[in-house]
Amino acid sequence: MTAATVDAAAPRTARFDVRRLLRYGGLAGLAMVFVAATGMLETFNNRLLIRPILSMGYLILLSAPFVMGYLVGKRTEIEGVETAPRTSADVVLAIVAGLIAGLITALFAALVDTFPGLRGTFPRMGPQMVSLLTFDRGVGIGFLILPAVAAVLGALGVAMHWLSDRLRKALGVGALTVVSTAIFESVVKDVFDWFSTLPRFLYHTAGGLSVVSAIVLFVVAAGASFFLQGRKVPGLGSLTSADTGERRRSSLIAAAVVLVLTIVLPQLLGGVLNELLTNVGLFLLMGLGLNIVVGYAGLLDLGYVAFFAVGAYTMALLTSPLSAVPFQLNWWQAFPIVLLMAALAGVFVGTPVIRMRGDYLAIVTLGFGEIVRYLFLSDWLSPFFGGAQGVRRIPGIPVGSNEIGGSDITQFVYFTLFFVAIAAYISWRLQDSRIGRAWAAMREDEDIAEAVGIDTVKAKLLAFVTGAVLASFAGALFAAKVGTVFAHSFEIIVSIIILVVVIVGGMGNIAGVAVGALVLIGVLGGPNQPGLLQEFGEYKLLVYGALLIFMMLQKPEGLLPSARRARELHQEEYLQDAWLDKEGRFVGQEQEA
Amino acid sequence: MPLLEIRNLKKSFGGVMAIGGVDLAVEKGEIVSIIGPNGAGKTSLFNVISGIFPPDEGEIIFNGVNIAGHSPSEITKAGIARTFQNVRLFPNLTVLENVKVGQHCRTRRGIWSAIFQTKGYREEERLIEEKAKEILSFFGTRLVGYRFEQPAFVLSYANRRRLEIARAMATEPTLLLLDEPTAGMNPRETAELTELIGKLRSDKGFTVVMIEHDMRVVGEVSDRVVVLDHGVKIAEGTYQEVSTNENVIEAYLGRPTELRKTTTEEQKA
Repeated sequence: MTAATVDAAAPRTARFDVRRLLRYGGLAGLAMVFVAATGMLETFNNRLLIRPILSMGYLILLSAPFVMGYLVGKRTEIEGVETAPRTSADVVLAIVAGLIAGLITALFAALVDTFPGLRGTFPRMGPQMVSLLTFDRGVGIGFLILPAVAAVLGALGVAMHWLSDRLRKALGVGALTVVSTAIFESVVKDVFDWFSTLPRFLYHTAGGLSVVSAIVLFVVAAGASFFLQGRKVPGLGSLTSADTGERRRSSLIAAAVVLVLTIVLPQLLGGVLNELLTNVGLFLLMGLGLNIVVGYAGLLDLGYVAFFAVGAYTMALLTSPLSAVPFQLNWWQAFPIVLLMAALAGVFVGTPVIRMRGDYLAIVTLGFGEIVRYLFLSDWLSPFFGGAQGVRRIPGIPVGSNEIGGSDITQFVYFTLFFVAIAAYISWRLQDSRIGRAWAAMREDEDIAEAVGIDTVKAKLLAFVTGAVLASFAGALFAAKVGTVFAHSFEIIVSIIILVVVIVGGMGNIAGVAVGALVLIGVLGGPNQPGLLQEFGEYKLLVYGALLIFMMLQKPEGLLPSARRARELHQEEYLQDAWLDKEGRFVGQEQEA
Repeated sequence: MPLLEIRNLKKSFGGVMAIGGVDLAVEKGEIVSIIGPNGAGKTSLFNVISGIFPPDEGEIIFNGVNIAGHSPSEITKAGIARTFQNVRLFPNLTVLENVKVGQHCRTRRGIWSAIFQTKGYREEERLIEEKAKEILSFFGTRLVGYRFEQPAFVLSYANRRRLEIARAMATEPTLLLLDEPTAGMNPRETAELTELIGKLRSDKGFTVVMIEHDMRVVGEVSDRVVVLDHGVKIAEGTYQEVSTNENVIEAYLGRPTELRKTTTEEQKA
C-alpha cells in the first residue's frame, strides 16, 4: 500500500517500478511454492470442484497470481488527494509479476525434480506434484505453462479494476456462489434430500459440479446480483451499527430468525450435519463462557478447557456404571452436581491467580489447564479417572424411557441448542447488569475500578465461576454425547481454539461468538471434530493461523464486534464522527459555546 | 471529633520518604486545600488515604474507624471518593455507564436477580439510571442529553474532569478528595469549577479536600490551607496566613544562601 500512496503523490509515467514488480511477483511465487510444498495441491487435487476442469488444489494454487494482480491494480483513495489513474503499466506489471511467480514455482519444481535428494526437505514434492505443476505435459514445455497461466491470471486480476463496481461485484458473487456450492456439495445434497432433482442437476455423479451447471449457477448468481444491487435489503449491516436502538432492533429480529431455524433445521439435516451442529453448539457454549471471562471481564484465560474437563469428568463419574463412584445417577440428577463442581473448580483456579494480571494471568491459567489434564491422565489418580483409558460407558440423557446419546444425534442436537440458548440468555442479561458494568470497568482499568468501589477480587472470581459453569454445560453434554471421556479430549489446543472462536467472532458480543463458532467449528472443524471442509483436515490449524493473522490485521474487533469493542479499536474514526448525529448534522456545538 | 484524622502518617518508596509523619484533621463540612511544590507528597498522601498504597506507619481515622491499610474498594465504600491528577475514566464506557459504575458499592443486586430480571433488580436499575442522570445534571448541560450515550474518550479535557467528579459523587461519599481539579482548564472553566466546588459543599453536603496549584482557586474556596514540602506539613491556616508564612515562601521560591545559613545557625543555638 505504501507503493500506492507514493505513486499517488507523483504523477505517474508509464514507467516500470522494478521493486514493486519483484515484491508482487516474489510474494505470489512464494505463496504458490508454499501451496505446492505443503502438499495442499496434491491433497486437494482429488477434490474436484468442477468436473473435470477445476480441482480445489488448483483453485488454491492459482488464486495466488489472481489476487496478486488484483492488488497491483488496487488504489487507496484518500479524500483530497488525487489518486493516480490506472495505466497500462499496471497491466504490464501484473503480467510480468505473474510470469515471475509462475517461474519461481516452476523453478522450484524443476529443482526438486532434478535433485531428488531435496525430497528429504520437501517430502511432499514427489513426481506427482511435479506432474501437477506441469499440467501433465512433461518437464520441458510443461514448466512454461505455469508461468503463462499465472501471467494470464495476473492480468485478469488487474483487469477487474477496469470493470464498473457493479459488474465487478456481480462477477464476485457469481464466482463465490459457484465455488461455495461446489465446496459444500455434501450439505446441499443433505439439505435437499426431499428435492433430489436439484442436487442431481447440479452435481456430477462422481462428485463436483458439472461444467454446464457451473455456468448456469454463475450466470444466475451474477445476474441476480447485478440487477438487485442498490436495492436495500435489511441485512446484517445494522447489527454492527453503533446506534444502540437500531442495533437492538435488528438483534431481536436476528434472534427470532435463529430461534425458528434451530427448531426446524435439525429435522431437515441429516446425521452428519446434526453431528456438526452439535459440535458447533458445544464450542459455542464454551465460547460464551470464555466470552464472559475474556470479553466481559478482560481476564485472559488460556486454560479454559480445564472447566470443560471438570464438567465432563464429573458427569462421567456420576453416571457411568464403570466408575469408582459407588452410586449411579442419571444425567439430570447429576447435572446440578456437575455445575457445583465446576463452580468450585472456578473458585479453586481463580483464587490463587486473582492478583495476577495480563500476561502473567494467561501463563498461570495455561499451566492450570495442563495440570488438570495431567491429573485426569495420571496413574496416581487412575483408580478414579481411569488414566489414559478414561471413563467409559456413560449413558445418554434420559427422556421418558429413552436415553439420548451421541447415536441419536437428531434429538441430541436439541439439548445442545437448549443449553446454548440458556447460556446466551445468561450472557445477555449479565452484559448490561450491575455486575456486567463492573466487569467492563475492570477490563478498562483495574486499579480505577477498585478505586471507585468495585471489589475486584470478588468480581474476578464471579467471572471465573460463571465462565466455569457455562463450560461445564458443554462438558456434561459432551460426556453424554461421546459416551467415553478421556484426557486426550482436553488438550491445550481446545483452549486456544475456543479463544480463537471468541476473537474471530467478536469479543464481547454474543452473536459474534455464535458467528465465530459457526465459521470456525462448523466450516473448518474443531480440534478433534471434522467440519464442513473435511478435506482441510491436516491443514486445519494452518488455516486457523492464517485466518487469525488476517483478522488481526484487517478486522481486529472480529466479524460481529460488540459496540464497545468496535469503538475501542477504531477510536480515531469514531472521534471524527462524534460531532455528527444520525443524519450527519452537527450536534452539541450550541451547548459548548 | 473530626471527620478525618490522620496521625503521624509515614510512607516511603524504596528509601525516598514521600510522607514523613503528617498529622491532619478535617472537620465535617470543611473545604481544605493541600498545596506544596512538586514532589511534596500531596498525591502520595491521597493515594495512601484512598488505600491505593498502604501506609508504613500511622493511623487514618475516618468516621471513628481506622481505615489505614484497607483496600481501595473498602475505603470507597466507607465514604471516601477521589479523582485523579491525570484523569482516569473508563474511556470506552459511555458517560452514563461511567457514573453508573460509580454506584456499584451502593447497590447490591447480584447475578441471580440479573438473570431472572426480578422486580427488585429492575427497580434498582431504574434508580441507578435516574441517579446517574441527576448527578450529571449537576454540571449544567455539558454532560447530559446526547452525551449520555457517548463514550468517555470523546469528551474534551474539561468535560473529562467533570465526569470524573460525577463518578466520584456517584459513590455517595462523605469526603471527596479532588486531585488538581482545575489542571489544564482555561480561566473561564476554572472559575466555573471553583463555583461548583463551593456547591459540592453547600448543595450536596460533601466535605472536600483538594490538591490545587491555582492559588486563585485555593484562596476563593478553601476554609483552610495545608502546605506540604518534602513529605512534611510546613504550615497550616487560612489562605491569608499561609500566603505570608515564611516557610511557605521558602519552600516555593527558595531563599538566598546567607539567610539560610543564619536560620540553621539559629536552630543550632
